[in-house]
This record gives sequence, structure tokens and C-alpha cells, in this order.
Amino acid sequence: MHDFEYCAPDSLKEAIGLMATHKSSARLLAGGTDLIVLMRARRKRPELVIDAKHIPELTELKINQEGLSIGASVSCRTIYENDQIAESYPALVDSTSLVGGIQVQGRASIGGNLCNAAPSADSIPTLMVLGAIANVVSDRGERQIPVEEFCVAPGQTVLEDDEILVNVTVPAPAANSGARFLRFIPRNEMDIAVANSAAYVELDETGKNFRSARIAIGAVAPTPLFVEDAGAALTGKPISEESILNAAVIARDAARPINDMRGTVEHRLQLVETLTKRVLNDAVKRAIGEKV
Amino acid sequence: MSKRSHITTTINNESVDFLCEPRQSLLEVLRDVLYLTGTKEGCNDGNCGACSVIMDGVLVDSCCVLGVEAEGSKIETVEGLSSKGELHPLQKAFLEQTGMQCGICTPGFLIAAKALIDKNPRPSEQEIRHWLAGNLCRCTGYDKLVRSVMTAAESMAEV
Amino acid sequence: MNKPEQTKSEFRVLGTRPIRPDGLDKITGRACFSDDFHLPNMIHGKILRSPHAHAKIKSIDTSAAAALPGVHAVVTGDDFPKVENKLISQGAAGMINIGEVADNCIARDKVLYDGHALAGVAADNPHIAEEAVNLIKVEYELLPPVMDVRTAMADGAPVIHDDFYPGAFILPTEKFLPNATRMQLGSGDLEKGFAEADIILEREYTSETIHQGYIESHITTVNWDDNNYITVWTATQGAFGLRDHLADVLLVPMANVKVVPLEVGGGFGGKERMYMEPIAAMLSHKTQRPVKIALRRDEVLRATGPSSGTYVKLKFGVKKDGTLVAADLHLAYEAGAYAGGPIFLGAIASTSRYNIANIQINGFDVIVNKPTMRPYRAPGAAQALFAVEQMIDELASECGMDVVDFRMKNLTKTGDLLVPGFPCAPIDTVKMMETVKAHPHYTAPLNGENQGRGMAYTMWFNLGDISSAQISVNPDGSVQLITGSPDLSGSRMTFAMQAAEALGIDVENVSASVGDTDAVGFSLPTVGSRTSYATGAVICDLVQDVLEKMCARVALLWEIDAELVSVEKGVFSNKEDSKLTMSFQEACEKLHETGGPITVHMTGSPQSFIPGTCVHLVDVDVDPETGKVDILRYTVFQDVGKAIHPDYVEGQMQGAAVQGIGMALNEGYYYDAEGHLKNASLLDYRMPTALDIPMIETVILESPNPLHPFGVRGCGEHSIIPPAAAIANAIHNAVDVRLNSMPMAPHKVCAAIKQKQAAES
Ligand SMILES: Cc1cc2nc3c(=O)[nH]c(=O)nc-3n(C[C@H](O)[C@H](O)[C@H](O)COP(=O)(O)OP(=O)(O)OC[C@H]3O[C@@H](n4cnc5c(N)ncnc54)[C@H](O)[C@@H]3O)c2cc1C
Repeated sequence: MHDFEYCAPDSLKEAIGLMATHKSSARLLAGGTDLIVLMRARRKRPELVIDAKHIPELTELKINQEGLSIGASVSCRTIYENDQIAESYPALVDSTSLVGGIQVQGRASIGGNLCNAAPSADSIPTLMVLGAIANVVSDRGERQIPVEEFCVAPGQTVLEDDEILVNVTVPAPAANSGARFLRFIPRNEMDIAVANSAAYVELDETGKNFRSARIAIGAVAPTPLFVEDAGAALTGKPISEESILNAAVIARDAARPINDMRGTVEHRLQLVETLTKRVLNDAVKRAIGEKV
Repeated sequence: MSKRSHITTTINNESVDFLCEPRQSLLEVLRDVLYLTGTKEGCNDGNCGACSVIMDGVLVDSCCVLGVEAEGSKIETVEGLSSKGELHPLQKAFLEQTGMQCGICTPGFLIAAKALIDKNPRPSEQEIRHWLAGNLCRCTGYDKLVRSVMTAAESMAEV
Repeated sequence: MNKPEQTKSEFRVLGTRPIRPDGLDKITGRACFSDDFHLPNMIHGKILRSPHAHAKIKSIDTSAAAALPGVHAVVTGDDFPKVENKLISQGAAGMINIGEVADNCIARDKVLYDGHALAGVAADNPHIAEEAVNLIKVEYELLPPVMDVRTAMADGAPVIHDDFYPGAFILPTEKFLPNATRMQLGSGDLEKGFAEADIILEREYTSETIHQGYIESHITTVNWDDNNYITVWTATQGAFGLRDHLADVLLVPMANVKVVPLEVGGGFGGKERMYMEPIAAMLSHKTQRPVKIALRRDEVLRATGPSSGTYVKLKFGVKKDGTLVAADLHLAYEAGAYAGGPIFLGAIASTSRYNIANIQINGFDVIVNKPTMRPYRAPGAAQALFAVEQMIDELASECGMDVVDFRMKNLTKTGDLLVPGFPCAPIDTVKMMETVKAHPHYTAPLNGENQGRGMAYTMWFNLGDISSAQISVNPDGSVQLITGSPDLSGSRMTFAMQAAEALGIDVENVSASVGDTDAVGFSLPTVGSRTSYATGAVICDLVQDVLEKMCARVALLWEIDAELVSVEKGVFSNKEDSKLTMSFQEACEKLHETGGPITVHMTGSPQSFIPGTCVHLVDVDVDPETGKVDILRYTVFQDVGKAIHPDYVEGQMQGAAVQGIGMALNEGYYYDAEGHLKNASLLDYRMPTALDIPMIETVILESPNPLHPFGVRGCGEHSIIPPAAAIANAIHNAVDVRLNSMPMAPHKVCAAIKQKQAAES
């Protein structure tokens, strides 16, 4: 690995100051499961690595009536082992419990997943459909960015060189709502998504019709995609094979996949459709209180 | 060259301090600085689990941790599994049930399995397979290895 | 000679499950694998590798690398002696061109694959060495890459070598095309055979390049001292081959090279060849310090011996009653950058298990811009079987026959002439088929509409040939056994068990170790399922020598003729006075009175091509919407002659099966059009995890091999051969599609199902 300096600030203020000074030559280190691997592959060469695991705001997990706030450095394991999250935000458990294996989950953070901005990142579609907001800070001030606007290209986000992701906040789930995330990988664990899909649905009181829905897909475009039309097509529609298939087809048509070592265009399109169907069905089940 | 940092940790219940460069992984520190070579390198990018250690109670790949991050932390490696010449039940089971062949992945599996049993003393076969998916073994086909973990868990639950 | 008579029921040690001597070190972290070896004053090497698949090297500028603080030496191809092309024998493993071995270790004029080494750097630590490697500037002239066998064999294909020696893995081949050699096997009259056939099928199959995937990388430490003596500490399957090749490439006498084999963290055929040793040696020579080189995982995948991708074309003819009457096989196997891939073994494995009166095999060893193909557990066999056992499944179904009955009808039995022209050594193949048919798995119901069952059968031949062993009998009754066969998965114990059985003593009294090349005689590598069988047979012969010497010592004590002393189960007795006996232990305690402790060495060469058979049965569940194939149930039947240590035999069967499953479903090199390997990591080269596999049931059959004193057959490789074919047949059984391309990755399964649906509607 190249030579670099390391520091571990214990306040957000100090971290903001360091980022303001060093800008692009500094990178934050959360779990390191992307950053360390990329540095070793010579694809990232920061001169200063700032450990983001000793900053209280970034390591906090808060859950209350208004919703959920996940510090950027909180590990996947901390998230999916939290009973309240499992109860109220099971789709987040879907997403975080399959990142790498247990070893990776012990370190990998949702902040890192978001800031690394891989097209295949497994937490991002879920955060999108849950309407999560990324809260960002620098010495120039704070910004709130909806997660669906966060990633702009493979490995690139809207963050400026000096900005720090503090946490993501997720609104409390509405009544009669449910969400689900699924991905497809050739193995059963330890793989990068060939395609993934997340859905959030809100049903009416009868439990028979969609009030609204949000759908996002991944690994099938340069960034994870929030497919607004696919969700919108379900508004007011009855829960049926037909309406679900229709939404899945819209999601599939929004995908712009490539052929690479992880999959083919044709397979990815088929997977988007299949997974979207499956997550919608499961989200509906969760909305009416069934376990999936 | 960046300066080496002085890091203080607890490794296998003994306090240990060392000097390392920021670019040295915890794996490298364990193996090449402290000569604790029981922890193995298989891929050096988090894909094989051979370098598994338990850090502050959490199972991690030591290749994806910087040595400097270990400041103040408590680390368990394969060298600490047996105490006073007494093998850990997992070690005994791996030995007696042929839970290994070439042995290179064995320390990683032992540590990962220990982390599992610490959390879930009676895991099912499926839970074991899921937990160990981050560790690759190319020799055994996992059969005897998974059975060894099941046997160890049973023997630990009995006492 | 006082040969102890052994019958099966008499085994005291064989068939038991003692704990291996290296076990304790491996569970406590104390075992010394290649990367655990440190020397004082040691420095670290790294290698510059070509990013291009095919290019001329125009210039290499190492000045910036050499100037980096902490760097001690830089070497390029120019620092090495020019090694002439020359074929040298590798014993049972065939011939090798030493000039190409040298070029593969460090390129001079041309790079032939993504990852081909072309310079080395030694520095204070691996980080500095790596930074320095990246400061080396190379000017290339790009040449068109040739990335698969059909392109390489096509008219007008770019020529990779202006001149090359026909490679020879086992049997010689002839140069046939600019990038390919050919070998032919066959018998009978093909035309006549097809004329007799009622049903003729023609099919094509392909497979991708695959890797052995051992978890320990290649790591070597080399010290070239002032006396021109080179010592290598590394994990190798064959210390002697490494010694000889290193000596040949560096032009030093073999006697000046010592290879010390360390614990091997997996090999499967991939660690019988030299890779970084010449570079490490030259760096050591230049710096006068020991140099360690550890390959990164991507280097292992890009630049150490994978196994061939293939193109196979079959035409088979069968009579309605199920008799195979004609087979025409075209097998094109990647050789990689240099000739000498596993085509011959693939060809033998393709059909030897069946009697086919009229058969022709055209095998092609095809040079492509990929790393040089090396053996991978039953080299070349799984690829051939993937094709042929699917063909057999189809033919059985065309004949309306049960798949076991169909195979039974065509089964090769003891004495039948095999395709290469020698008779099948004794083995009970009928019993194998009967056992499969009687097993509950064969008839268990399947539940679920997308579930299916498949089977595949193989016959594979283990090697024999040269092994050495040395036994020392000590005055305390303990016995030291040193062999030249590196231990990959417990062979020290299986050697100790054979020695103990033959000596008639407890296995605890035998301490087995692997000798370095100065300590023991020449031995071929631990490959080809040969070790427990061949080294074991040599040990058994050696024990007879030891016992003969011990009898003479006892005769001295008893003051009688040596001929009058016999020995059985560790007890010496006087043939003329059965009451006069002495235990092995007592005889040992008196060794100093009769001339001192005994050490005997032996080099032997047991016969090669011992058949072993196995059948795999597998149940799968296919998700037709995603193409995912899940393995539900798996049973391996294998005839191992005699299971020395049943745990280890089961372990070989299970481990090989799971490697085969990996190859079947998800493993495969993915090169882009320019010839860059895109999945050079264990994340994207997808080997099975514990979660992908069920328990693997094992059924051991023991039809004794008369060429081994205890009936042992090789058993290490066989079970990697059938999984892909068995799974392909199971997928067909489940969803009625044929997968003719390996790996049967989800996207291919999905595409096949879609194609079928489209054809139906
Ligand atoms: C073996 C393995 C398997 C994997 N499997 C998966 C998988 O299944 N699914 C998946 O989605 N990913 C997977 N990944 C990728 C990775 O684990 C995830 O992306 C993870 O969430 C990254 O989190 P981290 O905390 O490790 O990030 P880090 O590596 O610490 O950081 C990632 C990036 O984000 C930046 N960053 C971190 N924190 C902040 C912050 N607060 N503000 C601004 N920038 C910040 C860093 O500078 C860096 O550029 C895998 C990785 C490995 C090694």
C-alpha cells in the first residue's frame, strides 16, 4: 500500500476542520471494507486517512416516534441486530444482513456503503424507498440530501471534497406500510449483487389496494436507481398479480444494465423484473402484518 | 515515510504494544510485527476469512483493519484459543473429527466458529453454514468442518 | 524373504482413524506454512506483471524503481541466463520444455498473458517493493490476443509462438496448427460403427478456464549464498521438480539447490510447478540476502496454473438395445501460453469407463494468451465428462433405458482394452453400479416441480512412478519415516499407518515427516492420486527390507541363521522353536548390541494407471425465474481399494465433489475482449461457501488393488470429475433443458429455459 498518515478525531468539529484543510487528499475511514481494499488495489491514494469511528455523531443509532437516525459509521451488524429496527424497518435488516459475510458486516457501515456509491450497493435501494435523507456537514454548513439524489456515477456522489456524511435519517413507517429488499447473487452469500430491488408500499385501510409505493433497483445502471414511475403506477391500484407485474416491468424498462463478469444484460433485466415482483409481494405481506 | 505509531492493545488477554505504519493492516502487524503467524492471509481483501480475529467482541477480517485502529482494543486470535495447554472444544473437535485438511483456513474457521458459539451456543447446521460463509475452505467440502462445529457446540453445552 | 502375509481381516491399523501428527500445530496456529517462515536479514520481493495479454516488450526502464529508498535490487529477464529450449522428462507426468519454463517465470521478448512476470524488486518491506514495481516503465508493442481455443485454431489466427515445442503431458503430441498440437487415440472402424447404430447424436460443449483455488497463495523464500548454494523454503507439491527446474533455469548444478518443503496450504495440482523462485533467487544473488516473495491473490489467479477451458464436439452412436457402437470425440483444450496442457488425460478420462468398439479421439492442445495450464485434480477429466456423461444420459433416454442399466450394458471391466491400448487393471465396476442402484438416494422421491436428479460415472487412473522413503529404527522402539512426498491433507499419517501395519507395530510409534531434497531420495510430486498408493507401496517394500535386517539382528542375538527367523505382526520367532520369540520393541532395545540402529532407504517405482471409479448422485432445485441451481442432496460412491484412514478418504471425496460443484455452477475466468482477467479475486471467482453446499454423503467401496500390498487405490482426484456432468443431468431432469456450457451459471440456465419456452410457444 502507498504511504499515508492516520488520525482518529474524537469530535465532529475536529473532523470538519481536518476535511476543510485536506479536502480530497483526505478520506474518511468507517469500516474500511471499501477504502482499505481500494487503497490496496491502488485505486484510492489518500494522504490522510481520518478514522470516523470515534466521532459520537457518526456512531450513534437513534430510534423514536419520528423515525430512525443511523450514524454514518454504524456497522451493518449493529443495525440488523437491533430489535427495534428489525421490528419497524425490516427492509434495512434485509439489506444490511447480506453485505459480505459476518466479518464484513461487523465493520461495514451504511455511510460507507452510501459514500462508496457502488451501483450494486445493497443498502442504497432500501434507503431510497424508505425516503431516507443523508445529513451532510462541512465547515461551510449543513445539507440534507435525499438518498435518491446522492449517487451520481459509479463511485461518485454529490459530496464535495470536504463534506462529511453524519448520518442518514429515515422517517417512521406509515400505518399499513411494508418494505422489502432482495438481491440476486450466484452464491448464497459473499457476492456482489447481479441485480437488486427494494420496494416500499402503503396500503389503504382495506388492505386490498395500494395507496402508494416506492421502488428502487440496483446493479443495473451507473448508480442505484429510484424508479419513481414504477411506484407511481401502483397508486390506487388493487393488489394483484397484474398490477405488480406492471410495476415490475416498468422497473425493468428503467434499467440500463451492462455485461460484465457478474452478469449479462439479458439476465439482469429478467432479474429486475423477478426481484421487483418478489419484493412487492413481500412488502405487501409485511404491510398486512405477515412475516417474510 | 509516515512515522510509525505506538499502539497499545490487549491480545489474547495480554497487554501488547507495538510500532506500526498506518498502511500496515492488523493482519500484517499480527504476523510480521508480533510474529503471531497463526492468523493466515488468504486473499488480503476480505473475501476468504483466513485472517479472522475477534476485535472487541466482533468477528472481523484482520486484513481489512489497519493496525493503528487497534489502539485500545481487545483482540482474540487462534493463539489464544487454548489455555494452559487445554484445547478449546472447537480445537478438539476439529482435530478429532478431521475438520480440516491442509490446515491453512483452520485458524480462521476456529475463530469464526468461536465468535458464533459465543453468541449462539447451540447453532443449527444452517446457522453454522450461514455464519461461516465468510470463510473459504477449499479442501474439506465443509462437511466434516461443519460437523466439527456442531460437535464442539454440543460438548460445550453439556458442561 | 519373511514377507508378512496380510489379509483384509487382519488389518490392525488400516481402517482406523488416528489423529494426524501435524493436526495439533494446525489448530493452534503453530504450523509453519510458507508465509510463516522468516529468516534474519530477510527482504521482500514483488513482481511486475504484464497488463497485456499479448505484446512485445520494447523496453524496460527500472531506474526510478531502483532509486526508491528502501529498494535493494531490481531484476529483469536480462539478468537471467538464456535457457535453451529442451524437452526434459518429468517421469510419469511427461515431458517439459525447460526453455519455456524459464520464459514463463520471467518474460524476455514477449509477454504472453495478463499477469506474465517481467521484473522483480527486492526492498525492505513488501509495501516499498510494491511501490517500486509500479515505478518501472515498460514500453509494449501490442499484439492481438487469442483468447479461446476455437479462435486459436481458426484459419488466420494470430500466431502466438514463432516456433514451439509440441507440449507433452504424459504422451507426446504432434504440431498440427500454428497454435495447436494434436494427439489421436482410437480403435475399430468408425464408419462401420455409425452404420451399425440405430441412434446417432451430435453435440457441442464448452467450458471456461478454472483455478485450483487453494487458500494459501504462492510464497517462497530463497537464499543464494556465497558458495553458490541455493536454498528454497516453500510450499510445494514437488520439491524435487522445483529443485531440478530451478537448477536448470539458473544453470547451477542440481546438487547446489536444496528445497525445503513447508506445510502446504492446498495445492490440487497448482503447486507442482515453479513460479517466483528464479526471480527470488536472482534478487537474493544480487543482494546477498534471503528474499521472500508472496503473491497477491490476483497474481495467483492471473499468473499461476489454472486449468483448461475447452471446446468439445461429440458424435455418438448407439444400438436400440443400449450398446454403444461408435464414438467420435473432438477435444480442444487450452494449453495456455505454452504447449503441454492436460489434453491426454482428458482424452483418456473421456470414455475409458465404457467399451466402445469403434472410437476415435482427436485431442488438441491449444496455445492461447492465458497463463500456462497446470494440472488441477484429475486434470482435464471433468471437462470431458461434462460432455460425455450428458451424451450418455441423452442416449440412455433415447433408448428408453434406466441410466444405471445403460451404463451397466457398456461397462469396462477388468482386462478390457482401454483406449490408450492397455488393459484395465483389476477393479469391480459391476459392484459399483449395483451399489448405486441399491442406495436409497437412487429411488428417493423428489418433491417440487423444479427438482431433478442426475448421475455421472467416471473411471480415473492414478499414477505410480518414482517415490523414495527412508526408515530409521531407533533403540527405544520408535520408528522414523521420511518421505519425499509433500503432505497436502494427511499423507504423513497414511504413510505412518502403512508402515505401522507392515511393521506390525502401533502407529503411535511411527513418526512420519517430509524430507527436504538433501534428506531423502528423488520423488515425483504429490499429484495424480499417487502418493498414498505409490509412496505407500514403496514404504511397504522398504519395511520388508527393514524387517529382513531386523531378523538378521535377532538371529545374531539368538545365535542362529538369519533364515531361521521369521516375523509376523511385530513378533520375531524362531522357525524351529516357536516358543522362542522376541517383540519388535525388545529387538529395538538390543540394536546397539547388534551393530547399532538401522536406517534403510528405498526408491521405488510402482506401476501407473491404476483404475478407480466413482459415481455421483445429485438432487437439485432450479429457480426458473433466476436460473439459480441449489444442491439439495449429494451422494458420492467411490471405489478406493482400501481406505487407509476412512476420515481422510471421505474428506477427499467430499472436498473434490465440492470443487466439482464449484466448477459446475459458478467458477470460471472472465476475460474481456483485450484479454484482461476481470474477476481475479475470490469475490468474483466464486468458489462455493459453506452455505452453498449440503452435507456430502459418502459411500466407500473397497475392491482391492492387487498392485498394492494392502489393496490401496489412489482416491484424491476422482470425485472432482463427475459433479458438473451429474448436475447438468439433474438440471435437465428438473427443468428439461440441456446446459452445454460450463459453468452452468444462473444466466445460462435462465437463457436456456427462456429459449425452451420460446420454442414451445
Ligand atoms: C468481502 C466483501 C464483500 C462485500 N459485499 C458487499 C455486499 O454484499 N453488498 C454491498 O453493498 N457491499 C459489499 N461490500 C462493499 C462494502 O463492504 C460496503 O460498501 C460497505 O458498506 C462499506 O462500508 P465501510 O464502512 O466499510 O466503508 P469504508 O470503506 O470505510 O468507506 C467507503 C467510502 O466511503 C467514504 N466514507 C466513509 N464514511 C464517510 C463519511 N462519514 N462521510 C463521507 N465519506 C465517507 C470513505 O472515504 C470511502 O471512500 C463488500 C466488501 C467486501 C470487502
